[in-house]
Parts: sequence; C-alpha cells; structure tokens
Amino acid sequence: MSEVGTARLRKEDARLLTGQTRWTDNIDAPGLLHLAVLRSPMAHARIDRVDVSAALERPGVVAAFSGADLAPDLGSLPCAWPVTEDIVLPEHPPIAVDEVRYAGDPVAVVVARDRYTAADALEAVEVEYTPLPPVLDLEAALAEGAPLVHSDKGTNRCYDWPLRTGEDFAAVRQRAEVTLKRRYHQQRLIPNAMEPRAVVVTPVAASDEYTVYSSTQIPHILRVMLAVVTEVPEHRLRVVAPDVGGGFGSKLQVYGEEAITLAVARRLGRPVKWTESRSEGYLATHHGRGMIQDVEIAANRDGRLLGLKVDLLVDMGAYLMLVTPGIPILGAFMYPGIYKMRSYELGVTGVFTTRTPTDAYRGAGRPEATYAIERIMDELAVELGLDPVELRRRNWIRHEEFPYTTIAGLTYDSGNYEAATDKALALFDYDKLRAEQADRNQRGDTVRLGIGVSTYTEMCGLAPSRVLRDLRYAAGGWEAASVRMLPTGKVEVVTGTSPHGQGHVTCWSQIAADVLGVPFEDVQVVHGDTRAAPQGMDTYGSRSLVVGGTAVHQAATKVVDKARKVAAHLLEASERDLEFTDGVFSVKGSPDARRTIQEIAFETFTSHDLPDGVEPTINAGHLTDPDDFSYPHGTHLCAVEVDTETGQTRIRSYVAVDDVGRVINPMIVEGQVHGGLAQGIAQALYEEAVYDDEGNLVSGTMADYLVPSAPDLPEFVTERARTPATTNPLGVKGVGEAGTIASTPAVVGAVVDALRPLGVRDLRMPCTPERVWQALKEASA
Amino acid sequence: MIPPSFEYARPGSVEETVRVLSEGGEDAKVLAGGQSLLPLLRLRLAFPELVVDVGRVPGLAGVREEGTTLVVGAMTTHHDVVRDPLVRRHAGLLAAATAGVGDPAVRHRGTLGGSLAHADPAGDLPAVVLALDAELIAAGPGGRRAIPAREFFVDYLQSALEPDELLVEIRIPKTDGWGFHYEKFHRSAQSWAVVGVAALVRRDDGHIAEARIGLTNMGSTPLRATATEEALPGSGDTRAVARAAESAATGTRPPRDLSGSPEYREHLARVLTRRAVLAAAGTG
Repeated sequence: MSEVGTARLRKEDARLLTGQTRWTDNIDAPGLLHLAVLRSPMAHARIDRVDVSAALERPGVVAAFSGADLAPDLGSLPCAWPVTEDIVLPEHPPIAVDEVRYAGDPVAVVVARDRYTAADALEAVEVEYTPLPPVLDLEAALAEGAPLVHSDKGTNRCYDWPLRTGEDFAAVRQRAEVTLKRRYHQQRLIPNAMEPRAVVVTPVAASDEYTVYSSTQIPHILRVMLAVVTEVPEHRLRVVAPDVGGGFGSKLQVYGEEAITLAVARRLGRPVKWTESRSEGYLATHHGRGMIQDVEIAANRDGRLLGLKVDLLVDMGAYLMLVTPGIPILGAFMYPGIYKMRSYELGVTGVFTTRTPTDAYRGAGRPEATYAIERIMDELAVELGLDPVELRRRNWIRHEEFPYTTIAGLTYDSGNYEAATDKALALFDYDKLRAEQADRNQRGDTVRLGIGVSTYTEMCGLAPSRVLRDLRYAAGGWEAASVRMLPTGKVEVVTGTSPHGQGHVTCWSQIAADVLGVPFEDVQVVHGDTRAAPQGMDTYGSRSLVVGGTAVHQAATKVVDKARKVAAHLLEASERDLEFTDGVFSVKGSPDARRTIQEIAFETFTSHDLPDGVEPTINAGHLTDPDDFSYPHGTHLCAVEVDTETGQTRIRSYVAVDDVGRVINPMIVEGQVHGGLAQGIAQALYEEAVYDDEGNLVSGTMADYLVPSAPDLPEFVTERARTPATTNPLGVKGVGEAGTIASTPAVVGAVVDALRPLGVRDLRMPCTPERVWQALKEASA
Repeated sequence: MIPPSFEYARPGSVEETVRVLSEGGEDAKVLAGGQSLLPLLRLRLAFPELVVDVGRVPGLAGVREEGTTLVVGAMTTHHDVVRDPLVRRHAGLLAAATAGVGDPAVRHRGTLGGSLAHADPAGDLPAVVLALDAELIAAGPGGRRAIPAREFFVDYLQSALEPDELLVEIRIPKTDGWGFHYEKFHRSAQSWAVVGVAALVRRDDGHIAEARIGLTNMGSTPLRATATEEALPGSGDTRAVARAAESAATGTRPPRDLSGSPEYREHLARVLTRRAVLAAAGTG
C-alpha cells in the first residue's frame, strides 16, 4: 500500500493538541533569569536620557541595560534581501540608542529572578524623549521636505525596483479599446501565530558556548545571523526551534529580542528567558502587507488583455528586517496571474514609515498581486459586460499551452485552469446563484447576494539558488535531508525544514516509508536543532514539501541504492537481477532468495560480510537545489449575503478547487486550505492594524484586532484538480499559502458584486459593516 | 500580560467579604468569575491593591422563585443561567441574551453578578436587566439594600455599589407572557456588541400594549429607548413598529471606536430596535 496519498492522522498532534510538549516558554534551566523589554510609547522621538538605576534597586532585579549599555555587544539586525544596488539600508540596533522609530521600539531591558518582578521593574526605568514628527502616509513621506524616519539617509524612499517586459505599455495603452485604472489598498495585518514569540538562551558553563531556544521558523538562518549580530562565533552557537506554535511568516525573522537575550545571557553567564505577551507582539513582531497599488489594465472590447501596469508604494515600516524589501518582489512576477498579455510594467517603491517593520506574512507578496489582478479583472468584466468567469476564460493559458512562459518571464510548468474552473462552477451551482442574485436585485431585497471569483496561481518551492542570486537575495534556496537506517530496522529522517504546525513529521514519514518500504510507524523525523539537523534552509514560502520533501525522497532513494549493493552481495546475485518491492530485495526468478531492507540495515551495522570497498553504512544524505519554482493554482468561488441595512456581510458558500499537484496527505492539504481561507477571509472582512495620527497602534489587542474564528466562517467546500508538477520528482506544488492568496479577492469581489447595483464601485479592506454602510450612503447620495 | 502585584483575600461568607472590603476601601476589587477583571489586570488597566475572591462564598449561586419574582444569585454562571428552567420560563430574555455572551469557556466561568457589577455598557447583560426592570441587591456593613437597575449603572465601568458593598442577588419581575428578543450586532462571534437591543413586548389583542427596550453600547451606561417605548403601544403592524423604532437613538450618546462611529451606532440602534421588537412581538 502506498503511504503517499493516504490521509494519515498526524503523528505530532497527540502532543501538540494536548500541550504535552515543549514550547519555548516551557523550557526551564537552573538559575533562569527573566528579561522584560521597555518599549517606546511614541512612534518617533529622540532619546535624551535612559536611566535604569531605580529599576536596579528593585528587589529581585539582577540587571538592567539601556541601548547604549548593550551597544558594544550588538551589531545591526540583518537585512538579507537588499533588492537593489542603491537601496537605503539604515542601521537597525536591536535596542534603540539615540532615536525610537516606532511605537514598540525597544529602549531598555530589565533582567530579574521572575517574570513578574521584571515586568514591574520596567516602570522604574526613566526615559526622557523629545518627540519627533511621525511619518505615516506613504505618499506624503516621499514629498519634498517630509519629516524623515532616518534623518541621516536624507530620504524616506528605500528603493525603486522596476520591471518592464514585452511591448511598451504606453504604446499598448494607446491602441487599446478599453483601459481601466484602479487603486487598491492592502491594509497592514498582524500575523497572530497561536504561540507568541519566546527565547531562552542557556550558556554552557565556562566555555562561551550557547544554546538558543527560539520560537522560530528558521533555526539555521538564525544561527548564522546571530553569530554575525552578536559576534558569538557560529561554532559555539546551537539554535533549537522546539515545537513552534505557528508562524505564518512572522517567525521567518531574526529579531532583536533573540540577539538581546543572547547578549545578556553572555554578559551575565546565566540562562535568560524572554516571552512576549500578545499585546507586546502586536507592536514588536513584524506586520504583513501594507501597500498602495495603482493598477492599470488595457484590453480589447472582446475582452482580450493587452497589457498591465502596476505601481506599488510599499510600507517598509521603520527598519528593514530580514526580507522586508523583498516581499513585494516575491509578488512582482505574479501580477499577470494566469493570463496572457503582451505588455507588463511594474514599479515598486519602498517607503520608510514610523510603524512596526513589515515583512513576510502568509503568501508574502503573492496575495497582494493576486488581489490586484483578480479585482481589476472583475472590473474589466463589468466594463465589457462580460461574465467575470468568461473574461478569465478568454485570457488564461490553455491547458495545451503548458509549459508556458508568462509575460513576467516565469515558466509555468503545468496547470489546468479549465478543469479546476469547471469543477468549481459545478460544485458552486454558479448559474443558480446568479439567478437568485438577479431575483433579489429585481425585488430590491435588503439582503443582496454577491458572487466573487478568483482564478489564482502562485509561486512556491523557494527557490533555485541562481534565481535568488539574480534577485539579490543573500542566501540559497536548497534543502537538505538525511535518512538513517538504525540497526533494528527503524528509520530516522533528518530534515533541514523546520515545521511549526504544518505536519512535516507525518508527511516526511509517508515519503520515506514508501521509498524504503518500511512501516509509516517505523519512521521518526528529526528537525529544528542545528546540532541534530545541521544543514537546512528552514520553512517558509510553501517550500518545505517541494524542496525539503524532495530531499527526503532523494536521500531515501540513495539508501535503497546502497542497500541494493549489500543485498546483491549477500544474495550472491548481480544488482541488475534484484527487485525491490515493499522493502524486500529479491532475486528475479528465485522468489525465496530475499532480504528485507531491515535485514540489510542490521548486516551493515555488524559489517561482518560486506562487499569489498563498500562503506559500512547504508545511511545517506541529499541536498537538493530546485530547478525551478512550482505553480499551484485553483479556482475559488464565494457567495456572500450583504445586509444593506446594517452593512454586515455573511459568507453563504465558498468553493475552493485547488491544484497543488500530487498530494502526500489529503487531510493535511485540507487543513492547510481551511486555515489559509480563514486568513484570506480575515483580510477581506475583519483584520486591520489601525494607527492613529500620532502613529500609535490603536488595534492593540485582540478585542480591537478581530481575528475570525470557526463560528464566523462558512463550511468550506474543497476539492482538487490534479496536475502533477514537472519540476520535482514528487510532482508536488505546495499548499501552505494557496487559500490565503486565493480567497481575499474572491470575498471582496463578492461583496462589491452584491452592492454594484446599488452604485458601489469598490470597497476598502477590510469590508467592515460600517464601511459598507458608508459606501451605500455615499452611493445613494 | 503580567498583572501588577496585589494582595489576595478569599473570604468564606458575605459578612466576611463586606468586612474585608471595608478594610480595603477604594483599592479593593471583587473577583467573581474573573472574565472581566483578569483581562483588565493583565493589560495593566486596573491596579487594585487587594483582590477579594468571592468564589468560595456559599449561597451566592443559584436560582429560586419568590412569588412573582425570580431571584438569581450573583455568582450564578452564565452557563447555569442559560440552562436554568426557571430563568427560561420566567425571564426568557435573560436566558436568550446570556446564551450569546462570550464563548463557552467564558460562560462557564463568568457570572451574572460579575458582569453587572463590572458595568460595561458594551456587555450584553446590563441592558437586559435594565429592560427587565430588575432590582440588584447589595450587601454592605449596614445590611442589604435594593438598587433598581435604572439607578445601578452610574457611568462607564461604574455602578452604584459602594466600595464596601457586594452584589449578592438579582431580583427579576417575572415576564411570563411577554415576548422577548435580544438582537446583538457584533463583528465577529467573540467580539463585543457594536450595538445590542434587548426587547420585551407585551401584546394585547393583536397590538403592542407595552414595550421595554434596553440598549447595549449606546452610551456610557446601558440605556432604555424611552421614546420608542412610548411610541410603540398600539402598534399593530410592521410599519408602525418601524416608525416607533426611528426614535430608538433619541437621547443616546454612543461611543466612537474601531467598530463604529456614533452616527453608525445610532443608525444600527434604529434598525436593530425594529428587528428586536418585531421578533419579540412574534414570540410572546
């Protein structure tokens, strides 16, 4: 029986769901001290004085440091993706020294015997500030004479990144029969992983060696970067990501608190812990999205697209963090979506503001791109009097055209937009809902029905290292795995990916079990510790299965190849005459001559009878660098009911047909789609990081930042189309972000579709009841 | 999310509670189910010196009848209120509204008395007891006194309870035969009401004879929609109810926050009042 394709229950769930596991905050150590961070209450100010002496006098307080105190031990936090040669790269001290640049910027730390004392002692730290003007509006920030976030840089413009492909857009625009221009706002989002961030650093006695436990997605990258920031030599640093409760990109980061905790543990020679509270995380953990999109599309009357022009103003926040400037670049190639056109022009401008830095959040650049193209396709359909599905059909890449090189220069290896769309339309009962919509409109019903469609694609499997070089990303995109056959026939898979909820232990077990022909239960997966799994590029961007899963598959295949040599020797047959099925080597034509792979593992362990020149192990490792990206796609349809009296939107039905290539575990795919949809719907209807005119985060707790939960969401209908990827041996495409990328435009499109007959042309996200009510009022005025 | 330090007392009787509160003065705070106080402590929005946990005080939970009055102990959890047959029979509005408070975890911990003493105008239950014309019984050093719901809610998070008084029970005139409905408008299942309307309607001969309407989150205290209450008697059809509901926001001063502007809340109050009254008139 094949493990791959089976809805295996997740091996990790028993302990994750019951909490019987080790989260970073559960880690204790003898003499553990607790660190608390004092943060700027202002968006922008000069620091005139920091005095920690009163805090030091509090009973139980062991140490307290200002930014200046720790500056000798801490370098600037790294930005690994300087997207252009002349990008403005400001210094980013882990604790501010002279100036604070967002509400939440660290200014001092207190270390105490317990967490309560540390939190209380923060109140005794005296800081004097001279307020400076906040920088909040992206357009105003670029104007001549605007107040500067980094006055030494002379500008708030971080970078300009242009892309022009195909025919000249200005020429295309001129001969186009129809052109449309729209401005879309991607509001800031707060990632909200279930487990807040936490760091524990334990020094190894008398040896200047440290173990850093962190709730991170990237233990391997973190080790390199912490060595650079703190100058603790890399070989004396071990980084462990214990079980991690979600990340969504927010833990794809090298945070100041990680460096500070290490530096303080080194100074004090004591283990130190820092755990963020939820409201602290709202200020201190990076945000996502935050972008103004000016989109122009040119087409003929028959609906055929000619060209697309996109200008982005992107809110970097106050500093450039690990991949802040690269997030819009991850979306840069995706604005044309699945459509054929002759001209594409993109301009990205990064802008500094006095807000929490932005960086990767589920989808990272691709949700923004998908939103822009899918929303303007809806508008174009209205302009042309075409059904939005029909307009898409007239423009998408046909199944027989794959592989297809898009106007943006990507080669989509596989896909079947027709199959996914037809399946979705049937499941959704599209025609019937359209009829009901027309009926409600005609009756003037106070509850209107709207239908939204999103035929998305995205780019997964980050990434071919050479492409990353061309994009000026500072690391590679490979992944590592090794497979160890233990003497008793059990298997250890070591992976360089770092799961934080995805289910890698289960999926990697399924992949290895199939290749090796061993039971699923006999496979253990080791991850998230730079000592146990020394090589890896970690987990983000739906890369783990596509790249890391491939590495597991290839390493396991090498194990079988090595075992084959030993088996041939023991069975006194030639390798060519051996068959390998379900974990058993047998000689063709002599079914009794057989050895299991477990037997070979034991024979190799004793090494009593190995062929000459064969090393005494069948263990194998593999590093893989992907040839190309993978391109999941799908068709999502959403029906909403909008109460025109209150402005409230209710999602009535939602159909998602996704093509994620070959499926390893359908239950896990289903879970990823559900969670992704919830987050995409959250952007459409619920979530927004709101700042006041002074630059204070107003949506500072979960009471004001609304994360929808199960009762707010409909029952999703999910199905799959199946076109295996051709860019990796597993045929997989990645599924971690698909739901988020696809759903936002489908939901907003549905709300606008419901209200269009009442004169509403567009709505800003999130489409809150009050915004809908306001839009209706303005439309009727 | 680390609360500031405080002293903790766990008295064993109402009398002892009152004594402890008297000694604690203005800086003492009663802890009932903890669903409002603990978040305030953890967000460092409240700094009591003494927290008086009444969780072990006997006799404060439970529901009983006294003639035409239903008596609900202050420490009765929301969960117990929702499933109590006496509450369902004689104060259906309270049962219906309580079923939508928070989530199951909150309803198993949170108490009716705690919710009322917290006096949050965005909470569902203050407007409900206001509409029910309940009396709130406070125990203090001088014995017990009854405070009408109309006088109990003084200002934002401020009740008529003295610092040395403990809310012990809520006395609700039975509303057998009245129609009721609580219309809660919130942005997500777990968020507070943007606006809520608690409606009680007594019908006579196909017309509305009497109506009582409590408004959630339309001012610094829960409010009665007095103008609508006065306009409703005699209403026999949807249009008449709608007309009366037009004055639902009269005299209110709704807050402005991320969930709504005052203007939007006034609009919602009108729409939701119409809906709540129509629903209540249909249930009686």
